[in-house]
Amino acid sequence: MFELSPDHEEFRALVRDFAEAEIAPHVAEWDRTSHFPADLIPRMGELGMFGLVVPEEFGGTRKAEGAGADEGGGDFTMLCVAIEELGRIDQAIGITLEAGVGLGINPILNYGTPEQKARWLPDLAAGRHLAGFGLTEPEAGSDAGGTTTRATLADGTWTVNGAKSFITNSGTPITSVVTVTARTGTRDNGSPEISAIMIPSRTPGFTVDPPYHKLGWHISDTHGLAFEDCQVPEDHLLGARGKGFAQFLATLDDGRIAIAALATGCVQRMLEEATAYSKQRLAFGKPIGTYQGVSFQVADLAVLAETSRLLTYKAAWLKDEMDAGRRSTQEVKQAASIAKLYTSEAAVTATRIATQVFGGNGFMEEYPVARFYRDAKILEIGEGTSEVQRMLIARGLGLPS
Amino acid sequence: MNIVVCVKYVPDTQAERTFNASDNTTDRVNVDGLLSELDEYAVEEALKIVEAGEGVVTVVTVGPAQASDALKKALQMGADKAVHVIDDAIHGSDALATSLVLAKAIEKVGMPDLVLTGMSSTDGIMGVVPTMLAERLGLPAVTFASDLTVGADSVTARRDGDAASQTIEAALPALVSVTDQINEPRYPSFKGIMAAKKKPVETWGLADLGLSADEVGLDAAWTKVTAFEARPPRQQGTIVKDEGDGGGKLASFLAERKFI
Ligand SMILES: Cc1cc2nc3c(=O)[nH]c(=O)nc-3n(C[C@H](O)[C@H](O)[C@H](O)COP(=O)(O)OP(=O)(O)OC[C@H]3O[C@@H](n4cnc5c(N)ncnc54)[C@H](O)[C@@H]3O)c2cc1C
Repeated sequence: MFELSPDHEEFRALVRDFAEAEIAPHVAEWDRTSHFPADLIPRMGELGMFGLVVPEEFGGTRKAEGAGADEGGGDFTMLCVAIEELGRIDQAIGITLEAGVGLGINPILNYGTPEQKARWLPDLAAGRHLAGFGLTEPEAGSDAGGTTTRATLADGTWTVNGAKSFITNSGTPITSVVTVTARTGTRDNGSPEISAIMIPSRTPGFTVDPPYHKLGWHISDTHGLAFEDCQVPEDHLLGARGKGFAQFLATLDDGRIAIAALATGCVQRMLEEATAYSKQRLAFGKPIGTYQGVSFQVADLAVLAETSRLLTYKAAWLKDEMDAGRRSTQEVKQAASIAKLYTSEAAVTATRIATQVFGGNGFMEEYPVARFYRDAKILEIGEGTSEVQRMLIARGLGLPS
Repeated sequence: MNIVVCVKYVPDTQAERTFNASDNTTDRVNVDGLLSELDEYAVEEALKIVEAGEGVVTVVTVGPAQASDALKKALQMGADKAVHVIDDAIHGSDALATSLVLAKAIEKVGMPDLVLTGMSSTDGIMGVVPTMLAERLGLPAVTFASDLTVGADSVTARRDGDAASQTIEAALPALVSVTDQINEPRYPSFKGIMAAKKKPVETWGLADLGLSADEVGLDAAWTKVTAFEARPPRQQGTIVKDEGDGGGKLASFLAERKFI
């Protein structure tokens, strides 16, 4: 009951081999120079990482839309396994896969027309291209309904004006498209009508701002985006007009579980690093792990890793069961928020503990715990802050909002 | 083009390795094992040849139950089918006996156009099985190929030596052992993992190959490991203090160890 299938474990071993041999040796340098390794993405694609939730007809390995692993193809849990294993080596590489699938692929997969799917998905599922999703704006984050970007339709063409902030995978050399939410009108009750529109990279009027100076996730690609009379054909509307925001919210649950997998990889790595270091570092003539002040902290890391993993894979399993029609959306929502909230806070705690166990070395970039310490904080912010998760969990309990 | 690749299951070079105290053989059962890294190059080369044209890649291993992991990896990379020769009597076989078992297994598979092997195993590191096997099968042996071109009825291989590179041609069918310079072995993929589960794996014992227990195993071996000893733990590094003569000290340190 409490273990993944042999297929999941086999894929985990493959991703681990790949991450340790092909990624680990480079991440310190890539992080230092804020280098996005565009060549690595197609190689991750060759292993099948981007196609696990994409049906075979669009170049992925899922047997059919909504089919589970019991039918011999990819599933959401398999994706979480890959994200956890990448995240154990480097969080920014992990988020590149997480956002590539959760924000790039999922909206097209869930709401695209057959033509849109056929046009964009095969390259995305193969890791040849990346896509982004732009919801957040300079003045609208947690309150994403406050979107001020506008799109107007005339003569079969959308004209988009506005700006987006912090959009992952939006400016890499292999980014093919960014889907953005925009106001497309006003409803009868005066509230904004928000839709989603796909803007191919290099469309005139679509500017990718220079990269941010970030605290962490240096390897991940994040940009502000500006749209000035940016025009795309009418058929670039993704999903139904006026449904963009609601549809996006619906795809966020997967993303939250996937972020939990990323956080679990972080906690797991901190456990491994702190365990090894506390056995080998001597102070007062003995390994520091001899002292309860240290060993208790390492024990706490083991508890954090275990609880993070259980919450993550319970939620992932629920999501796969929901796809197979056996569980409700409500159950998945609640489990996703609980997992995201708990594991992201666990990751921040775990990096703080590991850095403490490493003493002065923990503050030095020569040791990976320093990078993980910087990388962990964003887990409590992106794809819904901890406060937002608590709001959602409370709402799920039926509390008045 | 039908290709047989001989692959070996070996202890992970990264992990603890040990010998069996009772008979001084390598412990392949109680340690973490995997497909010998040097054999991955042979599997990759076979896959490339078949992908560029057509044919079937069959991987063959001789080894204990765990050796099926080596076959699985090769199948996940893309090989079409596998043969596992497993028999308690094979335990302790030397290179001569191993080549005998492999030859019989390959004959039973059906003589291929090409037999590929790694240049040596990462555990025994003898590198003699390929030539012995070629001799038994009556095939020309081209060893240590760092580049391979396959024609309709011949292969051309490059052998890189210290001073010169040789280009060698052999008529097919032939046996070629390949080095770690020949290609970059692929990783399996999710698709490969799922596909491998459905690929045929044959399991044969000595009797299936018309061999008897006294032709193989420890007792039939021409060589014997008489003793083994763990390598002494690594010495602490030497710190050379520069008192104006640091360069000289460094040079003599290196010279003592025959590095310069
Ligand atoms: C590296 C990075 C990558 C990102 N990638 C993407 C991306 O690809 N696509 C995308 O659309 N966005 C992306 N984001 C944006 C991210 O999702 C938002 O930053 C996040 O949702 C928070 O929004 P905000 O920054 O506007 O904060 P705000 O909404 O301004 O929140 C500020 C603080 O107020 C709290 N708060 C707000 N409202 C409430 C409330 N009602 N009750 C209690 N507390 C509240 C918040 O929890 C937070 O602590 C990314 C961000 C970063 C840093």
